[in-house]
Amino acid sequence: MVEVMEMIMVFCQQDGGNLHRVGLELLSKAVELAKDIDAKVTAVTVGSNISHLATTLTQYGADRVILIKSELLEMYNSDLYTMALSEVVEKEKPEILLIGATQLGRELGPRLAARLKTGLTADCTQLEIDKESKLLLMTRPAFGGNLMATIVCPNHRPQMATVRPGVFELHTPNAGKSAEIVEYTPSISFEDARVVVEEFFEKIKEDIDITQAQVIVSGGRGVGSAEGFEKLRELANLLGGTVAGSRAAVDNGWIDKDSQVGQTGKVVRPKLYIAVGISGAIQHLAGINEGTYIVAINKDADAPIMKVADLGIVGDWRPIINELIKKLSKKASEEDNYEMARA
Amino acid sequence: MKIIVFAKQVPDTTEVKVDPIKGTLIRDGVKSIMNPEDKNAIEAALRLKESHNATVTVITMGPPAAEAILRESFAMGADEAYLITDALYAGADTLVTSMILAKAAELVGYDLILTGRQAIDGDTAQVGIEIAEHLGIPVVAYATDISISGDSIIVKREIDNRVEVISTRMPCVITCSKDMNTPRYMNLYDLFGCYSKEIRVLNNSVLNFDKTKVGLVGSPTKVRRTFTKGPKGDGKVFQGSVEESVEKVMNALAEVLNIH
Repeated sequence: MVEVMEMIMVFCQQDGGNLHRVGLELLSKAVELAKDIDAKVTAVTVGSNISHLATTLTQYGADRVILIKSELLEMYNSDLYTMALSEVVEKEKPEILLIGATQLGRELGPRLAARLKTGLTADCTQLEIDKESKLLLMTRPAFGGNLMATIVCPNHRPQMATVRPGVFELHTPNAGKSAEIVEYTPSISFEDARVVVEEFFEKIKEDIDITQAQVIVSGGRGVGSAEGFEKLRELANLLGGTVAGSRAAVDNGWIDKDSQVGQTGKVVRPKLYIAVGISGAIQHLAGINEGTYIVAINKDADAPIMKVADLGIVGDWRPIINELIKKLSKKASEEDNYEMARA
Repeated sequence: MKIIVFAKQVPDTTEVKVDPIKGTLIRDGVKSIMNPEDKNAIEAALRLKESHNATVTVITMGPPAAEAILRESFAMGADEAYLITDALYAGADTLVTSMILAKAAELVGYDLILTGRQAIDGDTAQVGIEIAEHLGIPVVAYATDISISGDSIIVKREIDNRVEVISTRMPCVITCSKDMNTPRYMNLYDLFGCYSKEIRVLNNSVLNFDKTKVGLVGSPTKVRRTFTKGPKGDGKVFQGSVEESVEKVMNALAEVLNIH
């Protein structure tokens, strides 16, 4: 008798032949989970020109790679992606299906879950296997991040979860790993696309992607103005980092929504996070990875951010940031002079 | 044209706080509000009503007190309102909630369904999208602009780093982002009228679901446990002169980033 192993499937989003990092983060996590239920990890990617991605997906831990290929899938189309993926899921019957919670994933996930008539837990920050029931324990923030809830999906399959980019760590790729590569042609046609992308353009980005930054200078309500954010940007540039903000800062229009940290924004994992004028509501803290060193500058010594900060400075942010900018620019110009003198 | 807007009453989560000693949610005195992005959806519907001679029906599911947001919808200018309320529906997850809402939509009739992108209490952004799947109609999420001509509809939306212009046909579901518009305030004329307008109630004797298929019992996902996250550790809080503060930060930079 052939024993059929259980499967954890990870949807790995790609665009223009480039994999999104979150899919690889989820593969890394899936490898850990697979040990606890003795399962195989299957990576699924969807597109037209994608065969070259199999190597990377294998090295990040896939035992099996399914390439769902069609010229119709060159660009993301929610109807065609849903059809193609649900076809593969129904065929493969995974125990668990993980999807990166990009906006694409947060649209595709519910489409798939409703079509497959199963549950979906959004934006999980923790995934574990329950020792007794072997169910996937999906933990996510609720009530705007004020409460954490652990969700299970006992009787419907697959158990589906989305996870934000940056929540799980990437494992080191294993160049020696091998996997079974399957090319799959879905039964879809152009007429199946009830929504059609007529045109699109990339948003122009001023700041670097905050999820990739090593240093983040982040501002909240206490910064008070867009002009104040220019100061933060100046400091961030001197530190080789980028500027970000809380929901209040985004709502006030001081910084773009793409640079929002928190439950409704992005999860960041820099080495250093300087929180300026941010009170530190749990919904904001939900966006900062645990390993990050947090420096908080706030007028209020009792602000919640002070309880989680590695260094809390009580005071007016302006003179402190101005002085820091002065000191760091002096240092930078001294180094420039040194370089010039050497040359 | 008949537009349905699905709206939800939510606790104002910006006011929900955690009891630092007991580690439980303090919900006393926290007011309930209409979910902010559902207001954007109602605003979008009202603008289409003005330009395309549509009727706007607002539907919510919740306890009887959720009626408050339907009154508010009337005061903004909605024509009809339905309250889906039944003890059997309590504890429904997103799949079951969207299934119930979809059935209500079929009963009421629609050309276009609008919802907010996501609700601030759950932040899942699933229900609008799942309604479309239950109804077997197309959906566009995260819309920032809608224009209609005949039964074809052009939606502008932002998804990840991209702005897309999408065409689709009615009937369809569109989830509206807060960047779409600025919701109007309740107007005085409608405010007077909002208490005299009828709110129709839909319970399970109307929607007629098998009771094992709805509510907590029928939901695929179950909450195993809830907890609050404790603070990460004891932070050192420093209060001193600007010079001393700057020195502390410079020391931290040296320690974490190796900048000396």
